[in-house]
Amino acid sequence: MNYKTEVSFTVNGEEQLLNVDNRTTLLDALREHLHLTGTKKGCDHGQCGACTVLVDGRRINACLTLAVMHEGDNITTIEGLGAPGDLHPMQAAFVKHDGFQCGYCTPGQICSSVAVLEEIKANIPSHATSDLTQQTKVSDAEIRERMSGNLCRCGAYSNILDAIVEVAEARP
Amino acid sequence: MKAFTYERASTAEAAAQAAAKNPGAKFIAGGTNLLDLMKLEIETPQHLIDVNGTGLDKIEAIPEGGLRIGAMVRNTDLAANETVRRDYGLLSRALVAGASGQLRNKATTAGNLLQRTRCPYFYDPNQPCNKRQAGSGCSAIGGVTRQLGVIGTSEACIATHPSDMAVAMRALDAEVETVKSDGSTRSIPMADFHRLPGDTPHIETVLEDGEFITAVVLPKPVGGKQIYRKVRDRASYAFALVSVAAVIQPDGRGRVAVGGVAPKPWRMEAAEAELAKGARATSGILLEGARPTDDNRFKIDLVERTLGAVIAEARG
Repeated sequence: MNYKTEVSFTVNGEEQLLNVDNRTTLLDALREHLHLTGTKKGCDHGQCGACTVLVDGRRINACLTLAVMHEGDNITTIEGLGAPGDLHPMQAAFVKHDGFQCGYCTPGQICSSVAVLEEIKANIPSHATSDLTQQTKVSDAEIRERMSGNLCRCGAYSNILDAIVEVAEARP
Repeated sequence: MKAFTYERASTAEAAAQAAAKNPGAKFIAGGTNLLDLMKLEIETPQHLIDVNGTGLDKIEAIPEGGLRIGAMVRNTDLAANETVRRDYGLLSRALVAGASGQLRNKATTAGNLLQRTRCPYFYDPNQPCNKRQAGSGCSAIGGVTRQLGVIGTSEACIATHPSDMAVAMRALDAEVETVKSDGSTRSIPMADFHRLPGDTPHIETVLEDGEFITAVVLPKPVGGKQIYRKVRDRASYAFALVSVAAVIQPDGRGRVAVGGVAPKPWRMEAAEAELAKGARATSGILLEGARPTDDNRFKIDLVERTLGAVIAEARG
């Protein structure tokens, strides 16, 4: 019986080849195998959003997917968005607006926020979208609804909203 | 999580054949529900067949009218599809009422239909549950039942089906297309797809062992005002206490399916004949014979009131 599988994918622009136990989630592969500990493990059941990463540009819960299911995929974690001295605009906005307290949910919040603005631009509807036949627009209600998969137990939500709105308004 | 072997299937037929060869195997697509249950060892497959590479990720118009939605189409892509938004708005609305953005990006059309109940006793391996372990008993009966079913339930199980999408699919008369390991195919109406629990609540659908869903087909658009209204304990990212999926025509006739109350999307054609008379007449027939608990009796009134709000909204 073979309980391990080889898988290769790109993380933050770097090709990775892993031979992992089939049970390894993408989250554990990132943290334990590749030592990219920016992505956080909160609930490990898809309820809190702390493990949110971008796979081929789309946000997903890294805890609810197996590493072996990502052959050839292009993965971006918080480390790939920006770095100290060269922050992604969303990271800079979170700092400026105090969009966190303990910071544990923050990498997931930021990865999710970046994807939310792309989803609105791509005209993907949400529960807050009033007319399905019109281009979706950025609004407080849209951002609140779309960020509901990311929990912040410190309750920094209003500052998170301010940060996302600022980045949305700065975009061309 | 229990150890398992893993393979990738590149066609639907290969997936069904792999399942026939490996008793105890499960298909994995989005994995958002299955992996959660595997971590809790509620699901313990010995072999996983990854079906993400089967190419069933397209939404195609059917020449004689209607839409064929590939089994692997993600909930996000289905909700965002231009034709779905225009002609089957009910389906878009139901999809975006469920889960979170992250989950909808992974969850698939077929997987959404096959997701398991969120009954808290099913999720707690320390408690008896006939759905999790056949014949062990039901801890929900006499327990905390606010979220649980009021109709279609049995002495063995009072769990609900948690999907929003399935409720819309039922109202739209969708059909589920499958392939078996011998290559034979069939089409199952949504009305028949999910089984009532009876004394075998662990058997949830009419799918045979290894039978693989390839697509969900929507018939020609039916027009009308299409409304999905979901009532839940918080405004986002929560399962329905009650949801109503309705298609209301200008003459007041229409279709109604209800979620959050039963082991499957709940729809009765006899109740729809009463739609023009209003919510009370309709929900009276729809929920006739309901057996609520003291904790969830409120759902009977909530269905009527939610349907009333939907009818009022449809009339504009």
